Amino acid sequence: MGLKTPLFASHVAAGAKIVDFGGWDMPLHYGSQKEEHHAVRNNAGVFDVSHMTIVDLTGDRVREFLRYLLANDVVKLQSPGKALYSAMLNDLGGVIDDLIVYFMNESWFRLIVNAATREKDLAWIEQQASAFAVTVTEVGNTAMVAVQGPQARQLASARVDAKWREDALALPPFTGMQAGELFIARTGYTGEDGWEIVMPASNADLVWDALLASGVTPCGLGARDTLRLEAAMNLYGTDMDEAVSPLEAGMGWTIAWEPQGRSFIGRAKLEAKNADPNLQRFVGLLLEDKGVLRNHQRVVVPGVGEGEITSGGYSPTIERSIALARLPAGNDETAEVDVRGKMLKVRIVPTPFVRNGKIRIEL
Amino acid sequence: MTELPGDLLYTEDHEWLRREDDGSVTIGITDHAQAALGDLVYVELPEVGLELDSGGDMAVVESVKAASDVFSPIAGIVEAVNEDLADDPEIINGDPYGNGWIVRLRPSEKIDEDALLSPNAYQDLLDAEDA
Repeated sequence: MGLKTPLFASHVAAGAKIVDFGGWDMPLHYGSQKEEHHAVRNNAGVFDVSHMTIVDLTGDRVREFLRYLLANDVVKLQSPGKALYSAMLNDLGGVIDDLIVYFMNESWFRLIVNAATREKDLAWIEQQASAFAVTVTEVGNTAMVAVQGPQARQLASARVDAKWREDALALPPFTGMQAGELFIARTGYTGEDGWEIVMPASNADLVWDALLASGVTPCGLGARDTLRLEAAMNLYGTDMDEAVSPLEAGMGWTIAWEPQGRSFIGRAKLEAKNADPNLQRFVGLLLEDKGVLRNHQRVVVPGVGEGEITSGGYSPTIERSIALARLPAGNDETAEVDVRGKMLKVRIVPTPFVRNGKIRIEL
Repeated sequence: MTELPGDLLYTEDHEWLRREDDGSVTIGITDHAQAALGDLVYVELPEVGLELDSGGDMAVVESVKAASDVFSPIAGIVEAVNEDLADDPEIINGDPYGNGWIVRLRPSEKIDEDALLSPNAYQDLLDAEDA
């Protein structure tokens, strides 16, 4: 018996197969993982992401604190509601967690961090915050859902008070707003348009039921994983962890090197790695043969060396197997993967594989 | 839970066997197994003519979630494989006891029925797993 979100009873009522995820009892699927995947690509699906941790940071020096804590630079967040994806690094430049930070006002920022890393994240943040007199408060008694897909915002907007609806539908990507008791953000983890909505736990089931009644498909962790893999979005603990720098996990774009004078945790180690021509590269793989690529399979780049698949699986959109992998430095365009002793051919492809319902790689 | 076909034998690994009139044995995975695996996306089939020991690697069924080995419940030679599964592995999800058969073997020794489960014994196993 694990922790349960405010929507647990709704999942059971919808026929979910429940699995443990980081200590939480979460829905894996409600019948067909593939159909849930396609619902998000083609229409709209809703995920319970209430297990994720919401942390409010308050204090006069909160912006200064976050510019030190995070590898990305919250100086980019200048209008209220604006969000930023960032890695939080340790002193060695390894990834403690990846997170989204929201600018609420000049003395209040909000972080949404992973569920499985909750305790170490909170401990780390609190340890660093004291020098900046920043208060760290976990937001409890909330539920969070991700409504994702081309029709997601339209269908979900019916749940938003008319007073806020127009503003909510006008939110630019990676921006959030408070709409009565809902916090709505145009973010997600699927490669589709949509909202993530934080709400009081007490009426989460009503919102969930209304979304389902309006034609939004309930989706489990299974579809969430195949969708994020197609979108080439990293999964913490799988694609990166404390032993891996963001440079070796396809997250180089999230590091704000400028201004050079900004000191952030892990910066010195990261700069050294960035100058290393032998740094491993993080790539997308498309399986040319039949079969399915899986996590931890060995990748051989002939004449160069070996790497490993960090996330592999079947892509329901492409109907082929795809993977994310860490490989030796180089410009190679093909490799081989050891699948149960057979060497299968893969093509190294640019990511994402799929975005906004469209296949983005050459087949 | 739907009723188990009464004319099949079963294994603890959730496979079924049908003894055909010509002496061959058709093998697949049970409805319980396909439901636990979820949507199948790939089936790795053995070569026709391959000689299998009882308990040997016979096939691999891969769902969106994971890969699972299918072991041969008896010793035999692969006489036919279900080629339709190469393009449409979800046949197993839709019709596990019929069109979703996986391999047909020619037994290489007398089948030890005591090592297999009757429909009633397999139903008891499922009931015990649910409990």
